[in-house]
Amino acid sequence: MNALAVLKDGTVFRCNFVGADGVATGEAVFNTAMSGYQEIFTDPSYAGQVVVMTSPQIGNYGVTPEDDQADRVFASGVIMRAMTRSTSSWRAQGSLSDFFLEQNVVAVADLDTRRLTRHLRDRGAQPIVMSASHDERELKELAAGLEGMVGTDLVSAVSTTEPYFSEARGPKKGLVAALDLGIKRDIVRHLNNHGHDVWVLPSSTSPQAVRDLNPTGLFLSNGPGDPEPLEGPISTIRQLLGVVPIFGICLGHQLLGLALGGSTYKLGFGHHGGNHPVRNLLDGTVAITSQNHGFCVDPWSLTSESATAPHSGIARPADLPEAFSTVAGAAIPTHQNLNDGTLEGLRCLDVPAFSVQYHPEAAPGPQDALALFDDFDRLMGF
Amino acid sequence: MAKRADLKSILVIGSGPIVIGQACEFDYSGTQAVRVLRDEGYRVLLVNSNPATIMTDPEFSDATYIEPITPEVIEQIIAKERPDAVLPTLGGQTALNVTMELADRGVFEKWGVELIGAGIESIKKAEDRGLFKETMEAVGIAVAEGEYATDMDTALVAARAIGYPVMIRPSFILGGEGTGVALDETEFQDKAAIGLAASPIGEILVEESVLGWKEFELEVMRDKADNAVIVCSIENLDAMGVHTGDSITVAPIQTLTDREYQEMRDEAIMVLRAIGVETGGSNVQFAVDPQTGRRIVIEMNPRVSRSSALASKATGFPIAKIAALLAVGFTLDEISNDITKKTPASFEPALDYVVVKVPRFEFSKFPSASGVLGTSMQSVGEAMALGRTFQEALQKALRSLETGRMGLNADPAELELRALSTRALKEALSTPTPDRIYAVGEALRVGISVREVVDLTKYDPWFVNEIAGIVEVRGALAESALLGAAGDLQARDVVELAKRTGFSDEQIGYLWQRPRQFVAELRGGWGIERTYKTVDTCAAEFSATTPYFYSTFEDESEVPPADKPTVLVLGSGPNRIGQGIEFDYCCVHAAFALKDAGYESVMLNCNPETVSTDYDTSDRLYFEPLTVEDVLGVVASENPVGVIVQLGGQTPLGLANALAEAGVPIAGTSPESIDAAEDRQLFSDLCKKLGVLQPAHGTAITADEAAEVAERIGFPVLVRPSYVLGGKGMRVVYGYDGLSEYLADMKTKFGIDFSNGPLLLDRFLESAVEVDVDAIYDGTELLIGGVMEHVEEAGVHSGDSACVTPPPTLSTAAHARIVADTEKLANGLGVRGLINIQFAVRRDNVFVLEANPRGSRTVPFISKATGIPLAKIATRVMMGESLDTLRASGVLRERQQSFSAVKEAVLPWSRFPDEDIILGPEMRSTGEVMGISDSHEVAFSKAMLAAGMQLPDKGNVFFSLADRDKDRGLEAARALQQLGLSLVSTEGTSAFLKANGVTSIPIPKLSDGAGNTLDWIERGDIDMVVNTPRGQQARSDGRLIRTAAQRAGIPCITTIEGALATVGSLQFGPERVFEVKSLQDWLA
Repeated sequence: MNALAVLKDGTVFRCNFVGADGVATGEAVFNTAMSGYQEIFTDPSYAGQVVVMTSPQIGNYGVTPEDDQADRVFASGVIMRAMTRSTSSWRAQGSLSDFFLEQNVVAVADLDTRRLTRHLRDRGAQPIVMSASHDERELKELAAGLEGMVGTDLVSAVSTTEPYFSEARGPKKGLVAALDLGIKRDIVRHLNNHGHDVWVLPSSTSPQAVRDLNPTGLFLSNGPGDPEPLEGPISTIRQLLGVVPIFGICLGHQLLGLALGGSTYKLGFGHHGGNHPVRNLLDGTVAITSQNHGFCVDPWSLTSESATAPHSGIARPADLPEAFSTVAGAAIPTHQNLNDGTLEGLRCLDVPAFSVQYHPEAAPGPQDALALFDDFDRLMGF
Repeated sequence: MAKRADLKSILVIGSGPIVIGQACEFDYSGTQAVRVLRDEGYRVLLVNSNPATIMTDPEFSDATYIEPITPEVIEQIIAKERPDAVLPTLGGQTALNVTMELADRGVFEKWGVELIGAGIESIKKAEDRGLFKETMEAVGIAVAEGEYATDMDTALVAARAIGYPVMIRPSFILGGEGTGVALDETEFQDKAAIGLAASPIGEILVEESVLGWKEFELEVMRDKADNAVIVCSIENLDAMGVHTGDSITVAPIQTLTDREYQEMRDEAIMVLRAIGVETGGSNVQFAVDPQTGRRIVIEMNPRVSRSSALASKATGFPIAKIAALLAVGFTLDEISNDITKKTPASFEPALDYVVVKVPRFEFSKFPSASGVLGTSMQSVGEAMALGRTFQEALQKALRSLETGRMGLNADPAELELRALSTRALKEALSTPTPDRIYAVGEALRVGISVREVVDLTKYDPWFVNEIAGIVEVRGALAESALLGAAGDLQARDVVELAKRTGFSDEQIGYLWQRPRQFVAELRGGWGIERTYKTVDTCAAEFSATTPYFYSTFEDESEVPPADKPTVLVLGSGPNRIGQGIEFDYCCVHAAFALKDAGYESVMLNCNPETVSTDYDTSDRLYFEPLTVEDVLGVVASENPVGVIVQLGGQTPLGLANALAEAGVPIAGTSPESIDAAEDRQLFSDLCKKLGVLQPAHGTAITADEAAEVAERIGFPVLVRPSYVLGGKGMRVVYGYDGLSEYLADMKTKFGIDFSNGPLLLDRFLESAVEVDVDAIYDGTELLIGGVMEHVEEAGVHSGDSACVTPPPTLSTAAHARIVADTEKLANGLGVRGLINIQFAVRRDNVFVLEANPRGSRTVPFISKATGIPLAKIATRVMMGESLDTLRASGVLRERQQSFSAVKEAVLPWSRFPDEDIILGPEMRSTGEVMGISDSHEVAFSKAMLAAGMQLPDKGNVFFSLADRDKDRGLEAARALQQLGLSLVSTEGTSAFLKANGVTSIPIPKLSDGAGNTLDWIERGDIDMVVNTPRGQQARSDGRLIRTAAQRAGIPCITTIEGALATVGSLQFGPERVFEVKSLQDWLA
């Protein structure tokens, strides 16, 4: 094998370079989705991260522009067990290896990804460095000096610099202002398909600029990294609470939580994959969801209570507070991750705003939660 | 939500005997279901006629009915037990079909029984192709264009409208029986007729052909709150046109983009909603046009299926167990994932490995079969393998099949492919056969392009390219042989790559012309060793508590140290005729017994259909091929104090010597003793020394010698090759002509010659009673497990013969002699554990036919008949405990046999419609059933009924006898007449009967044209056939009659002993057959 990957804690993995040349660094996170690698690599939420695909064979069906979630790859590197030898799909417009070269993505294969995944699971997400041109000692030194992503604003680097417009399909209903924190194309596509014109706005957009558009709703997108340093967007959201109906997903959900007066924390190794069960606390149904986040809203930060004691066994609704009190009045938890009991969604009762931690737009992953876009419609009065 | 408290008792319907298309996967599902329902506090009732199942072990249910799965019998059980609910979705198509019949008869309403798991409406919508299509179209899901027909005229109109080729699919069938593709009208008329006959409601769907499309399957579970999850996605390597059970399949799906997969996923869930499967699992099959992505739904099963077993083993998600819990009212989010313990079952397993399943076929046993695969399932078993890549999993799966292949070629068997011309090779690519995959490897090796291979095979190009990768590594290995020097770095890299690509040491050795051991040592020196990864349902996202492992060659092994000494049980590999569920039953019992005895049980097997490969059967499970290299890997990982080889049939026995040589501790009977029993000369010497009689016999290594031996011992002679299981290549010859014919057939039909070992010749004892004994010997004491008397005479393979215990006709003297000889042989062979001996008894003379110091096919049957868990006792004995101590500790509790039990074989004739159905020394049955009664005659009737043959109590019996059977045939004929049945026979037999005072209706021979037997059978005027064959020659008439009877679904008895037993049981009248009594009551 011709290359090495070294974690910040000094653990070394043998591998082969299969993408662009160079040295890649970033926080290593694993994703357990079994399809949709192209959507994952182009998801801006992966900015600053090296994605470890636990699904072993990657690249089988090539790439097609239609599946891109942004105009480039945001992940700072890709790790997989096996890179495909060939491309096979009637949809394919090119091969993954060409795509890596075009996009200048450092990718490695033939690595014991299961060992790496177990390591990250047990020791937590941490920075990794990959190189074919350094020896083990050099890489260990390099890795030891790498910083984690807590406290870093990664959003400004991925957000659009200029607002852009995307037109509704079918009969027109509303106008959605979408705060781009690293928005995926399929989100805009779904909003358009629901009959909404969408203005995608830079993350630094002021509350007044949003109001000037006179939108029927404000959408808070997904995005990379730690939400707490994003003071600008948090303040924007807070000022728009009660002014315009708000729907947030993923980072947008975390920012809504922060804007409501809560706090967030970093999960051990995050949720990245397409098989997470989420219970709708209002009707008891369970959706299988697409997830991609390393941080989480602390539900107890929106209450005066203290957290319930941890227990073994499946997560119970009682592991979350019954209600929240926020700067915008009462709110309730609406969704819960059944794997670890974490908060997956909330809804304000006094102002029109709700959010979920997962990805109703899927891409990749199950589309069980698509109906949340209908909920947004209803919130906006359609 | 939570479980239903209004239900107290639940009747679970099993799937009956193992048949093609319905194998031990339903023991896996039934066992999971009865265990979990019992754990939840329900009173569990079970009906299943198959004694070789774990689920019918009395400790798993409150009342176990080993009874025929027919509406009459089940109604009796319902009347007696008054269950609150019936669960029909875990016993395959058999359970669903009988449930439909019960519903039609109003049985559930009459007794106030609720159906759980699936309602009648849902079953109908899923099973009736017309209704299915309507239901799908109503919710906007695309299906193949087509129309259904109940007669040929309508069918023809439909076929013409759609345009050829068309597909013919009969309604309500299992394993694709009667399904076919017709390329033109002539073919259509034939195949549509078969299809109409195969459907129990006489209905077929004539459909647009999707031959060559990609085939996919999703395993879906849905609960009453409408939560649905996809447990596993499966992609078939073989395109549409090959039954999914006969296809090489891969999990998870490899060649769909997320967008396509999610659409398929949504549709699969919509299918369950539309059909109305509210509490359980289903599989939904799709076909996708590789050019356009157009997707249609092919079918769905509203029940647990073969694919569910595969999906469960492939993912670690116990589908059957969860389905049973959903049926009693739980929702998915209330059930915990056994593997992680703290996450719920409402999730979709994430795989970080690739699974390949390869089917196993037995075409050599059915000479009439073409060997070409189609839409009707023909495979008898399957092997599954896990690897980190498709390449690795494929090669592991191929060597798991035990067809003599070491992986994808690079083995001696590939020489046959090398002999093929390019044209022949291309033909092999375009014809779906069990060996096509090897032809793909060879084609790529000789430079046929990937493109062309794709065109000919219709495999997805991705798979063909991956196989090309295997071929490239093979090339690199062959080149590295030239590099020579051990320690060469480049060679090390190539070997590491080869191991990661799934190559076995044998394959590398073949390419290097070095023995396996050389390769093993070399790579060991380089530190290239197996690492074991865990199957954990979640791609390592959560820590797993269940030790379920597979091997690969990477950095980290995950096997934690054991708390107690470990014992490794070697399983029996893929099901085949002669080695199936019975051996798995023994291995499962071994695992249970080891746990009881304070060991950690470690299971090694590669058959996804089995209970042994359930992760909670043993303490640790290794899903691995059963080859010396793979076993040694597990031994190195576990360091067991003993390895059990005598319970998994011939597979582990065949490994025993090599394992012992490598220093592995074999538990129980030593490999030398096993050899002594298998080696004719050694065994013969031993018998002489012990004073045990054998039939006259000899061995021959030339044709001339064979004739000399035959002359010396006298005809008829039983001839067979050395080292066989299931009687392969075995035949009784009555003279020199027959012997010459056999010698000619050796090469052409059995593919053997004298270089494979000497030919064995035994004097065939005509009219002898064959007796089977299963016993355990601990070194000082013999425990007779049971003595079984065969219904058919010696010469019919014991696996195909019906047998009765306790033996009804055996004299006390013969019985005593049998026990004495068994003890002598067990002692003489040095047995520690099980021994099975077959005797032939003529008058009071007892001859030993063969002795096998291992668990036998009859161990489960005899354990049920006696209540003594033989395999468990044997396991403890193998680990050094004596029968005495086991008796003292209460593990062994002997008891008098309180009832008669009959085992009857079930044969796969309906799958091979052109096959002659006579029984012979070569085993061809796929499964067995058991009948229990206080009279052996009634037990026999029950067994016949359970095997699908309802004996008539009125009507016409066609009677035709071989000359040697005439005397005893007369006895049977008289008795039948007294019972009020009419006899019909050909003129010759009729004259003979008349001369002896029995009247019969004479009808013309087949060659005499109209009004002959075939016409009678086809008209439905014959209710039973008794036709015994007349030697090897001149069988054609009889053959046609037997085949016609088979097609008409009437009982056809081919041995005089069978006829006499039938007559005996008919005398008891039909009512007694429907009397039911649970095993627990019998054993009480």
